[in-house]
Amino acid sequence: MSGPVRLEYRSVTMHFAASGGQKTITAVSEVSLAVRDGEVVSLIGPSGCGKSTLLNVGAGLVAPSAGAAFVDGERVEGPNAHVAFMLQKDLLLPWRTVAENVMFGVEIQRLPKAERQARAQALLAAFNLAEFSGRYPYQLSGGMRQRVALARTLAVDPSVLLLDEPFSAVDAQTRMVLQRDLAKTLRRAGKTALLITHDLLEAVTLSDRVLVMSRRPGRIIDEIAIDLPQRENPIARRQDARVHAYVGRLMERLDIGHATLGEPPGGS
Amino acid sequence: MAVPQKASQMRRGMAASAALLVVFLAAWQWGPGALSVPSFILPPLSMVFDEALRMWQVNHLLLHTGVTTAEVLAGFLLGSLLGAVFGYLLGMSPTAELALSPYILALQIAPKVAFAPLFILWMGFTVYPKILVAVLIVFFPVMVNVLTAVRGVDPDLVNLARAFKASRAQIFWKIEFPASLPPMFAGLRIGSTLAVVGVVVGELVGGNAGLGYLLSFGEGQANTPMVFVSILMLTLVGSVAYLAVIVVEQRVLHYMPARALEAM
Repeated sequence: MSGPVRLEYRSVTMHFAASGGQKTITAVSEVSLAVRDGEVVSLIGPSGCGKSTLLNVGAGLVAPSAGAAFVDGERVEGPNAHVAFMLQKDLLLPWRTVAENVMFGVEIQRLPKAERQARAQALLAAFNLAEFSGRYPYQLSGGMRQRVALARTLAVDPSVLLLDEPFSAVDAQTRMVLQRDLAKTLRRAGKTALLITHDLLEAVTLSDRVLVMSRRPGRIIDEIAIDLPQRENPIARRQDARVHAYVGRLMERLDIGHATLGEPPGGS
Repeated sequence: MAVPQKASQMRRGMAASAALLVVFLAAWQWGPGALSVPSFILPPLSMVFDEALRMWQVNHLLLHTGVTTAEVLAGFLLGSLLGAVFGYLLGMSPTAELALSPYILALQIAPKVAFAPLFILWMGFTVYPKILVAVLIVFFPVMVNVLTAVRGVDPDLVNLARAFKASRAQIFWKIEFPASLPPMFAGLRIGSTLAVVGVVVGELVGGNAGLGYLLSFGEGQANTPMVFVSILMLTLVGSVAYLAVIVVEQRVLHYMPARALEAM
């Protein structure tokens, strides 16, 4: 992949005060990575390795202890309009309709009302949610709610999307459909994305590259370029025999299936 | 077929409720005579009804009911407003909550109605001490519920807004305030019934207007039917206040799934 770097972490280190004691825990250590324009990169690793910390640093919600994140070459000093994130929880506001939820970000950014509505309607149509635009979240299925969350993320037209296990709370079949929707959207809009996931198959089928993190303190221990066609179609990729070789390699790097596997001491 | 079953269940419940009312009223009317209970202990229903008509004409029942209603309304509105404001302020400032929580707890434990004589000493036989007791008694359930709700807002929701560069005011108006409404209404429901308690105690302690005054006047005259009429009217005022809160709640919280009058 060529093109400008959209998202970059330079030697990002993060310490936390350990609960109760004076000791500090190092969540991530010296993480450097770069995601180029239009690229989708997955980050996998054992739980507690600091993946979500990296996402918060990228979104400007927390400042790293050392190092820095850069978006479009600009140092991230706080929340900024170039980055939008999406979590496992859909975080829909129950008192807002589907359309109002999609408009949440652009409303905060004070876009003109007509523009907000136009964006929401276009996104809802693209995700086959147009007929539900006046419904409330409790009236939707989990998969639909997550699609509304994705539409809300895209509505602010970010140049970088940070996705933290966005589909881990939905059932396996819905997840495949959502992965396909996401992959298509990312390709069509040419968006850059950093995807945090536990699902090795999701990482391989959705990404151009997969970064493997170690246990805490989290460092990047491997980088695997996924050399498969059709990044916009994860369902087709799933049927590609080469996917298994990639998944196998990731399992090896993550030590899955070995006696040493387990939660790190005091892990979260 | 869950829905028709639920509807028929509701119908049966309402029919049983109405039957119970008829039985109760009948027992009230004929029970005392049958058991030879004297009417100054337990006057039959018809005597209470006649007394209500007499009070309407002679004792300005409507006026006194109006005074009590106005006091309840004023106490409830002021108390809830103050409770909500303090709930939001304390909810947003952990330091303030830590500093004030022992005093708030002490005030919450203190029986608020015991302040009534003090307020009457301060403000005389006016409507103000009654309103003030109601304010004090309504304040706590509303404040505690709002405080807990603001505390309980999902930090990820706040982070989502922050990531969109929301200002503090936007976070409040777009997330914290609407998220606090369901618990706030639970507090308002409790407050609406407590407001009546506060006002009545104030009126019992001193004054010459309101249903509490009629209550103690009836007691002084050994007029048991008058006491009953006052109690019934107070119950009516409280019920109307409670229902009014429910009606507003259902309009405001229309986005909540299947809200029925289940808590009634």
